[in-house]
Amino acid sequence: MSAFETTLFGRLSWDALPLAALLKNPGTNEIVANAAGAILVLGAAVVLFVLSYFRLWGVLWRDWLTSTDHKKLGIMYIVFALVMLARGVLEGVVMRAQQAAGPGDGFLEAGHFAQLFSTHGTIMIFFVAVPFVVGFINFIMPLQIGARDVAFPVMNQISLGLTVSGGMMLMVSLVVGEFSTGGWTAYPPYTGAAFNPGVGPDYWIWAIVVSGIGTTLSGINFAVTIYKMRAPGMGFMRLPMFCWTVICSSILIIFAMPPLGVAALLLAADRYLDFHFFTNDLGGNMMNYANLFWLFGHPEVYLLVLPAYGIYSEVFATFSAKKLYGYVSLVIATMSIAVLSFTVWLHHFFTMGQSALINAVFGVATMLIAIPTGVKVYDWMATMYRGRIRLSVPMLYGIGFLILFVIGGLSGVILANPTIDFQVHNTLFLVAHFHNVLLPGVLFAMLAGVNYWFPKAFGFRLNERWGRISVALWVVGFLFTFMPLYFVGLMGMPRRSFNWEDPSFQPYMIAAVIGALIILCGLLSVLVQLYVSIRDRAQNRVPVGDPWDGRTLEWSIPAPPPAYNFAVLPQVRDRDAFAEAKESGTAYLKPTGYDDIELPKNTSIGFLLCVLSGVWMFALVWWIWWLALGVTVAMLLIVIVWTFATETEVVIPAAQVKAEHEAWLALVARTPAVDRDDEAAPANLGYARPDMEGAT
Amino acid sequence: MSHSDHQTYPGINLGDIDPRHQQRVETAQFGFWVFIMSDLVYFGLMFAIYITMIDAQAGGPGPHELFDLRSLFAQTVLLLTSSMTVGLASLALKYHLGLGRVYLWLVATLLLGLGFLTLEIMDFMNMAAKGGVPQRSGFLSAFYGLVPLHGLHVATGCLWLVILMIQMRVIGVTDQIKSRLMRFGLFWHFLDLIWIGIFTIVYFGGLAYG
Repeated sequence: MSAFETTLFGRLSWDALPLAALLKNPGTNEIVANAAGAILVLGAAVVLFVLSYFRLWGVLWRDWLTSTDHKKLGIMYIVFALVMLARGVLEGVVMRAQQAAGPGDGFLEAGHFAQLFSTHGTIMIFFVAVPFVVGFINFIMPLQIGARDVAFPVMNQISLGLTVSGGMMLMVSLVVGEFSTGGWTAYPPYTGAAFNPGVGPDYWIWAIVVSGIGTTLSGINFAVTIYKMRAPGMGFMRLPMFCWTVICSSILIIFAMPPLGVAALLLAADRYLDFHFFTNDLGGNMMNYANLFWLFGHPEVYLLVLPAYGIYSEVFATFSAKKLYGYVSLVIATMSIAVLSFTVWLHHFFTMGQSALINAVFGVATMLIAIPTGVKVYDWMATMYRGRIRLSVPMLYGIGFLILFVIGGLSGVILANPTIDFQVHNTLFLVAHFHNVLLPGVLFAMLAGVNYWFPKAFGFRLNERWGRISVALWVVGFLFTFMPLYFVGLMGMPRRSFNWEDPSFQPYMIAAVIGALIILCGLLSVLVQLYVSIRDRAQNRVPVGDPWDGRTLEWSIPAPPPAYNFAVLPQVRDRDAFAEAKESGTAYLKPTGYDDIELPKNTSIGFLLCVLSGVWMFALVWWIWWLALGVTVAMLLIVIVWTFATETEVVIPAAQVKAEHEAWLALVARTPAVDRDDEAAPANLGYARPDMEGAT
Repeated sequence: MSHSDHQTYPGINLGDIDPRHQQRVETAQFGFWVFIMSDLVYFGLMFAIYITMIDAQAGGPGPHELFDLRSLFAQTVLLLTSSMTVGLASLALKYHLGLGRVYLWLVATLLLGLGFLTLEIMDFMNMAAKGGVPQRSGFLSAFYGLVPLHGLHVATGCLWLVILMIQMRVIGVTDQIKSRLMRFGLFWHFLDLIWIGIFTIVYFGGLAYG
């Protein structure tokens, strides 16, 4: 390349496209890589076509991309998570297929396989689990605390933009260049410039840094919202359990995301500026990286799983028609887990040479976490005990979770013992363990949450039959995929190996690939459920907004909720505020008066920063310095100009609020109440006849 | 006690405003505190990295060859004085001592901040001339990872201050701008605090143990 081209395009050239490799060296490996790229490009083309064909660009821009409504942002987070989930699951299937194709080398090259496990891990943690959880928090938490929005709506939009642009970098790396081969943890010195001069680790670094900033801003936003914006009367010990888990999760985000940012940025300094933080020579120390990464990495697990516990707490209470058993103990357990999660990071590298004493301390601290977690499991079971249980879809996920998660938790306690960890670390036993906690713990909770809150978000229920089918597929698929991995792990099969020779592994590998295919069917069944539900939405409408006889404030408003959430801010008198209102006959009453409501205006700043930060990352990955500099200046200017805006709110007049609210109250008055037995029938219009044993 | 005293947010007098507005200002203020906590974790980790890497000099120049305590003293005086001037600016705003004084103290803060940055950059150049560049050793990487990070924060603060003064002219000294000024003050004092950590741990600690 000429000097001019290098200045203009950095290290970007036509060779970066996977097609180039296919033309040079046709083989299964390149065909798989190109197929992945093709699926992505085709998928994007289909989306663009559909948007243009149905003339949805205006709607998309006005109602979604520029919206600062926490409910819409939450939905966009979850849609993004589902898209990324599809890629993550497909990668999992390809990896299981590769290992099932043995003994021998399978059909993928080692480097390609390494990219697969690196993107799979990065996507599933940062771009599926995090946006899923953040999406639910966005949608649910302000409704549960009786607020009209989060504390900083525009910052909320920017958070989404940064998260999405980070995820897009992983998509771009599929088509332009390659992703890191260093796993989702990206340990140096392997990911340093000396051993890995290509673009892969750079894609990882910038995707993590930018989406990490987005997540940190979300954490600040959620914490401030709960501390400052609760409805009158909602003391901390009246918060719904989900909101308690959100506080803990936000605190974890605020304190645990910075170590990840530091780790990734110092790695960037090593790679771009020849610093020596983690290099092998001149005093670099990779143990600092391991410590920084897991100072983030362990709290990260809990910042994902705590809101999932929160979702299960809501689900168990609602579908058992009982108040949550042991509320105070659950609050204490949640806080204990949040604190303990900062004291165990070292168990991720017991084998990296610290003294036996230090390992023992961290091993004991790790085992301690089983105590508050055990308290929670018993509280959930006690909530169901003697309740009037309805085995609806979210509840089925919940029961699957209770059984499977306990197994995963126990294998975690086994791993917490350093002497055992020395035997099984870096084997598939570990892979089985963390999938065993993350799938039933986080993913099942997210799917349960989708089934539980979908009617609130869109005004109609999801199809019950397809919901049950997908529960069955996910649970069975999970068992087939990951239980065999415990056994091969104990037999000594290392994780992340693209090939293996021992023939005794073979039956397990075949079972696992069958399981992976069942999981793929589970994912497809979720899409079918969505399709069927949207098709049949007319029979499943729940405009009154309380289809499940809910207990918390989000069920006390119409479905879908108006932009301002609450026509009049609720007055909270007890835990489970809406259950108490229904019990005491104060639900659905006409308020004494209405006020004007101020809401934040639409703004395009989040979208602009999303696109520009994407370009910025791409320029840095490919060393296109002029572009990186230009975009930095542009982003700064956008933020500065935005701070000059003074008219940032629209006012919804009291008369309009009154008209909308009274129309809804009239609807409530003429809607027949349904019993819990009919809640899956078309008769359920969202007006539940209260049936709560000791509701308050 | 007059009515407006009841609704005075500590530090800046927002005058007679409705409680909802008051709550909004408090929310923004609290959010900024939380952001600072998060930022503090960044610095805390960089301090930890520096401490672990004091010995990782790899035969390169160490603290004794590189650190210039006279320049350090001058930088410290400038930065700590700027914290006082920003405090005087908010007092002038709170007790209605005239916008002229507010601007005076803010401009003084800006100049002191820029003076600090100038000295700091000269310091880095002197270090580089003696072979103290970040590419030389883990110790120097850790130094240049931490001290310029603080410098970058000060530079950001200077930019913010310029924008704030423009906004005071363009938008006027509204409650919104007052509350931003209050947050700027918080940020600036926070940077002072970090600097105290830097000169004790990075410089003195480096000289004592390096």
